[in-house]
Amino acid sequence: MGPSGSGKTTLLRCINFLETADSGTMRFGGKTYELAHTDKREIAELRKHTGFVFQNYNLFANKTALQNVTLGLTSARKMARDKAEEIGMEMLKRVGMESRASYYPSQLSGGQQQRVAIARALAADPEIIYFDEPTSALDPELIGEVLSVMRDLAASGRTMVVVTHEMSFARDVSSHVIFMEKGKIVEEGPSKEFFDHPKEARTREFLRMESDRSGKKKE
Amino acid sequence: MSGDVVQLLIESFPRILLPGLIMTIPLTLIAFAFALVIAVVVALIQYAHVPVLRQIARFYIWVIRGTPLLVQLMVGYYGPSTFGFHPNGFVVAIIVFAINEGAYCAETIRGSLESVPVGQMEAGYCVGMSYMQIMWHVVLPQAFRTAFPALSNSLIGMVKDTSLASNITVTEMFLATRQIAGRTYQFLPLYLEVAFIYLLFSTVMTWLQRLGEKKLGTYTAKRA
Repeated sequence: MGPSGSGKTTLLRCINFLETADSGTMRFGGKTYELAHTDKREIAELRKHTGFVFQNYNLFANKTALQNVTLGLTSARKMARDKAEEIGMEMLKRVGMESRASYYPSQLSGGQQQRVAIARALAADPEIIYFDEPTSALDPELIGEVLSVMRDLAASGRTMVVVTHEMSFARDVSSHVIFMEKGKIVEEGPSKEFFDHPKEARTREFLRMESDRSGKKKE
Repeated sequence: MSGDVVQLLIESFPRILLPGLIMTIPLTLIAFAFALVIAVVVALIQYAHVPVLRQIARFYIWVIRGTPLLVQLMVGYYGPSTFGFHPNGFVVAIIVFAINEGAYCAETIRGSLESVPVGQMEAGYCVGMSYMQIMWHVVLPQAFRTAFPALSNSLIGMVKDTSLASNITVTEMFLATRQIAGRTYQFLPLYLEVAFIYLLFSTVMTWLQRLGEKKLGTYTAKRA
């Protein structure tokens, strides 16, 4: 979490090599990676263990919901079409979108698109799914359906790294929170401690502002 | 209109239409197919910022777009003969039309490629796809859909431009018309007749374009 421009999205994109970091290391699966000098093959290998959900969904516009979920399986993983479609339908069912399998993204609402995007990220059964402000582009009444899918995922034990402004969601679902500002980590810790007993003055200020804001929204 | 002219128009119609069917249409379709291949390659080179090749692509487009098609045809036809080699006019026409149209279509396709949001590429990477896989399954199909109306424009334009091939001995519709007109001195009726046949061809292509757009357009349909 953190205010706009604090570098949350950039950090997340660096972790998945959508952005090249200037320096730094990352440990994953027992291996250490130099973020600035990881070659293409290693990146491709790493990405096979991760999923990514974008703020603006980025569904493949020329593919149906089902094809969006299966394309990574059939092309990158060379899975047979039948098997991929079976998995695809199962994933769509998990996000409540199986009845829209043959729809194109332009025929779906934002919330529906984001749920398909989550199904797409889930399809390869990744160890981690990254979420980059998955509800920020949504109309308020559509946020709920996406958050509920994410709650189910978290409950099923899936590891998720989420950049979000949804305070109550973060409080309920997360186990660990990082609070960033201006590209630096201000505070991090177990989520209960972070929300109930924040150590840093800046964190307290941020939490107060956010709860004021969400309080106003409800009125 | 006197009876003679009507008679002439009726008699000449198949004699103009036939070269249209066996020269104009094949010339257009074959040359345009090659043009598309050239265009996709040239556009991809620029889109992917391939060094050196990219400069060559820019140079190619600069020269071809900067010189008249008629001049290119002349150079292509008479150029080799100065070295004692006399090429077939039809073959030269195909090559010159393909190279010429390729330059224009390359820009159309490059623009369409660049209009595909970068997020499509990123999403592909994130599900483990390679650059080539993403291009093939996601970016190119979307770019092609965007480029389709403009490419259809080029194709229809080309049907009519083939009349220029009459200057390098290709007996397509226009040359056939000129020959008949030269014999009968009925210039206006015959030129109107050939114009009508060009219009006929263009109409069919416009109709095909609409059909193609309908087929390609499914995913751009707004919410039902």
